[in-house]
Amino acid sequence: MDLFEYQARDLFAAHGVPVLDGRVATTPEEARAAAEAMGGGTVVVKAQVKVGGRGKAGGVKLAHSPEEAAARAGEILGMDIKGHTVHQVMIAEGAKIAEEFYFSVLLDRSNRTYLAMASVEGGVEIEQLAVERPEALARVAVDALTGIDAAKAAEIVEAAGFAPELREQVADAIQKLWTVFVAEDATLVEVNPLVRTEDGTIVALDGKVTLDENADFRHPAHLELVDAAAADPLEAKAKEMGLNYVKLDGEVGIIGNGAGLVMSTLDVVAYAGEAHGGVKPANFLDIGGGASAQVMANGLDVILGDAQVKSVFVNVFGGITACDEVAKGIVSALGILGDDATKPLVVRLDGNNVEEGRRILAEAAHPLVTVVDTMDGAADKAAELAATGKA
Amino acid sequence: MAIFLTSDSRVLVQGMTGSEGRKHTQRMLTSGTTIVGGVTPGKGGQSVDFTGADGSPVAVPVFGSVGEAREATGADVTVIFVPAKFTKGAVMEAIDAETPLVVVITEGVPVHDSAEFYAHAAAKGTSRLIGPNCPGLISPGKSNAGIIPADITPPGRIGLVSKSGTLTYQMMYELADIGFSSAVGIGGDPVIGTTHIDALQAFQDDPETDVIVMIGEIGGDAEERAAAYVSEHITKPVVGYVAGFTAPEGKTMGHAGAIVSGSAGTAQAKKDALEAAGVKVGKTPSETARLARELVRAL
Repeated sequence: MDLFEYQARDLFAAHGVPVLDGRVATTPEEARAAAEAMGGGTVVVKAQVKVGGRGKAGGVKLAHSPEEAAARAGEILGMDIKGHTVHQVMIAEGAKIAEEFYFSVLLDRSNRTYLAMASVEGGVEIEQLAVERPEALARVAVDALTGIDAAKAAEIVEAAGFAPELREQVADAIQKLWTVFVAEDATLVEVNPLVRTEDGTIVALDGKVTLDENADFRHPAHLELVDAAAADPLEAKAKEMGLNYVKLDGEVGIIGNGAGLVMSTLDVVAYAGEAHGGVKPANFLDIGGGASAQVMANGLDVILGDAQVKSVFVNVFGGITACDEVAKGIVSALGILGDDATKPLVVRLDGNNVEEGRRILAEAAHPLVTVVDTMDGAADKAAELAATGKA
Repeated sequence: MAIFLTSDSRVLVQGMTGSEGRKHTQRMLTSGTTIVGGVTPGKGGQSVDFTGADGSPVAVPVFGSVGEAREATGADVTVIFVPAKFTKGAVMEAIDAETPLVVVITEGVPVHDSAEFYAHAAAKGTSRLIGPNCPGLISPGKSNAGIIPADITPPGRIGLVSKSGTLTYQMMYELADIGFSSAVGIGGDPVIGTTHIDALQAFQDDPETDVIVMIGEIGGDAEERAAAYVSEHITKPVVGYVAGFTAPEGKTMGHAGAIVSGSAGTAQAKKDALEAAGVKVGKTPSETARLARELVRAL
């Protein structure tokens, strides 16, 4: 889960990373109150969106009084920045910046460890810097067992070429950012820019944090960081039911078991769709291993709630999952939905208890259900039915 | 032969007294695996009743620690079914006890925990880790460590390595007429123990494997690295499959590691890298199976 800047700032502050005052506001009035509470002087009004390039898009503005803060917030709230609507702004204390730097620590999948990156050329697109002037970006591997201790922090600041008089302060900030990374189970902690102010202090001015949702069980507070407003309503519904669902922009609803098989099913449907007017998969939905009839019914319920869906493809290879349970789930879901079920279902079952699963579907003989023996054949049928439904 | 797991393997189950552990211990026993013990802290001295492959009752002893279990039984493999919260502790214990093969089935392990136990295993150098978030591995007709159904395919000459469980089953099913030497599910998490490369090399060295099938998916660069490895070190024919061509950028597709970030980790990039290394890549699982079958027939 990616955090908003203000959430990252709050986490930084909680772990002692030097940051400036900053408060979130969702209305111009709240922005005015925040600016007043911060002393009434110059503040920066910053759009809170989980996408880069907001400065260029006009999402960051200076305000010299609480009235101006309210006015600027009024302009920024509701803006569209690269497809992201601004619902919140951060009112941040103004800073007199002398120099801008860069620091990040992240999970390095390729090397199965962590990587710290630092540069004395901050404030720019770091991907661009990495390509154009890789020598200006220090990359230091961090061992998962020893982490960033004082010696490692010193190594990082030296590799990045920080001026000697800044090294101690920067190394201290880096160690605290490492604490954020570990204590909060982050996969990315990035500060861009890390600045030296004119009075010589080091401050994390803008932060980006990605948290590992697998670690939520030890961070109950992380649940409060979820941006409920941004979630697609169907994704939110699926999540409540404990289903692994991603909404896509197509016409063939997909239900399968196992992440790999479901991804593969989406691809196979997209290929099949090429011959049927370009219909595409409508979603990713993995009902997981050992799914019961109820889980199957929940999955169908979510997918049939997507108005764009014209047909549904249920693709199950029963390893742990029993095909008879899947078949029962389909039959019971269609029973519950009754006349509300109007979209054709193509079902392909193989593996564990497949004979019984197919027998249950044959016996039910529901007019909306077509059973096809192979994955390719079923994908083609589902695409064909979606194209017919679309026309 | 087969890789990593043979008919001589002596298998422990950590978390055998839990519901998942118990269910899969029975399945492993039924498929002929030599299960020599379970490990549950605080429950040492008990035993759990199962039914052996021949239908006779089997009482599997429970030990309080992996160390005790290894000493008492000579186990050289452990399969871990404990909940995500306790997985790091269980894996660390298995590594400290120098268990040669540690198979971590548990899904939802925090990646910081995986990075830690991977680093510990690498530093100690006495354990091969498989997983986490994987179905384990099977050497059909010999042994089965994990949750892969044993009745899909008989033994044969294909070696399979895959990030995905159900795609593994699908591929085994499609190629059941030829059969498999071993199938290894390495898992779909961002940090895993055994990689495609490790399995490719093991299959290269395995006299019972003629053709290798490798299944990848979006996220990371493991497939690209495997492709580079194939062109330099693997002389046996390799067929590939990559899932996730239609996955949108920035969305996690079920597996914690299955995410396209910016332009990195796309299925197309992986397919291109594999093809550049001379690997035949199927567009669908069935086409992949066809390619593998052709290669086996051409031998």
